[in-house]
Amino acid sequence: MTRSPMRDFLVGLFVLAGLGAIAYLSFSVGGLSYNGPGGLKLFAAFDQTGGLKPRSPVVISGVKVGQVKEIALDPSFRARVEMDLDNRLKLPTDTSASIVTAGILGDRYISLQVGGDDHLLKSGDTMTFTESALILESLIGKFIYGRTGGGGGASANAPAGSSGSGGEDKSGGADQKKGS
Amino acid sequence: MEALRDLGYLAVRFVDDLGKLALFTCRIVLALFTPPVRAGAFVTELFKLGVLSLIIICVSGMAVGMVLGLQGYNTLVRFGAEQSLGAVVGLSLIRELGPVLTALLATGRAGSATAAEIGTMVATEQLDGLRMMSIDPIHLVVTPKATAMIAVLPLLSALFIVCGLFGGYAVGVGLMGLDGGTYMSSLQSAVEFDKDVLGSLLKALIFGVLIGLIATYRGYTSAPTSEGVSAATTSTVVVASVSVLIFDYFITALWGV
Repeated sequence: MTRSPMRDFLVGLFVLAGLGAIAYLSFSVGGLSYNGPGGLKLFAAFDQTGGLKPRSPVVISGVKVGQVKEIALDPSFRARVEMDLDNRLKLPTDTSASIVTAGILGDRYISLQVGGDDHLLKSGDTMTFTESALILESLIGKFIYGRTGGGGGASANAPAGSSGSGGEDKSGGADQKKGS
Repeated sequence: MEALRDLGYLAVRFVDDLGKLALFTCRIVLALFTPPVRAGAFVTELFKLGVLSLIIICVSGMAVGMVLGLQGYNTLVRFGAEQSLGAVVGLSLIRELGPVLTALLATGRAGSATAAEIGTMVATEQLDGLRMMSIDPIHLVVTPKATAMIAVLPLLSALFIVCGLFGGYAVGVGLMGLDGGTYMSSLQSAVEFDKDVLGSLLKALIFGVLIGLIATYRGYTSAPTSEGVSAATTSTVVVASVSVLIFDYFITALWGV
């Protein structure tokens, strides 16, 4: 078979363009892309994740600093969320994590409120202060049945005495504020 | 009675065809690993099936993306959800329309040409000539065409999708005044690599195998007359299109892509 420079050039161009399109779909659109430096692995336990998914963003003050890696059930039947964060972050141990919603029906993401403790969270640590997702239906239900003052708030169905008792107090407080 | 006999004949012919196609496939795979490697013929086929299909693929992709953008926007705006336009255009293109429409276009553009070319070679006894020179026509003619079709389809499908995404962007952002960042971020957050993009490439690859095999088989087994060539071309387009659509359903159902 004779080689024809023009044809070979065009075929090379075509293959390159095709592979470029695949790479664009994979990395830019498909989210295979590397999103910020990771490395800081933190855990947080929630009573209710309410539609949080792996790859949901983790933000501080609205700035994306990482993403959710995995959501699993822990032995006390709470959701254990693994987050992969920028390892340059220096987060105090009393940093709290809350699951919030973008808009009223939008996607769930985790928002971190940075605390003021001197000690810093290390990779593999678990955050103790958490605030669960608010489920719109249960809020409406509570509003209708007038149980806004009910103790546990959104985490009323949480097992008592689980590891994050501080978090439950916090979520109860948040609910009462919303409910009233 | 007559109808039953016809049905039986059809069934037997179908199974017979399927078996012959399987044998034909085995011969192609065998030829693939038999030296010499027909790299030149392969590149020529890449040129004919790939480069020459580029224009139709890109134009169709743009048009489909623009229509999706327009239809999606007009529907979504009723629910105040026009921010999700990127996700609508991206997911429908990547999961379904990209591979399937590319396969249908490639069937019409390249599959029919392949069948006609091989069919004409049969009719003009060129394949017999090759056999007389003890050159296996499957090795020289059929294998490069079939493998090139398999290699080309994922590339064409990816290009189709990228053109479609651009078309949707042009309509949504340029015409309808949506924010460009919103379009791209809704696209990026909806599309997942392992589920959507890999599934799309897998579909395109399977369609490439289907079209490549059917087109070359129909051409190779065509009757050595001008009528035979036209019948081979027609049946290539019909059988390949239908099997692409049927396989698409089963791939989606089985792997959920």
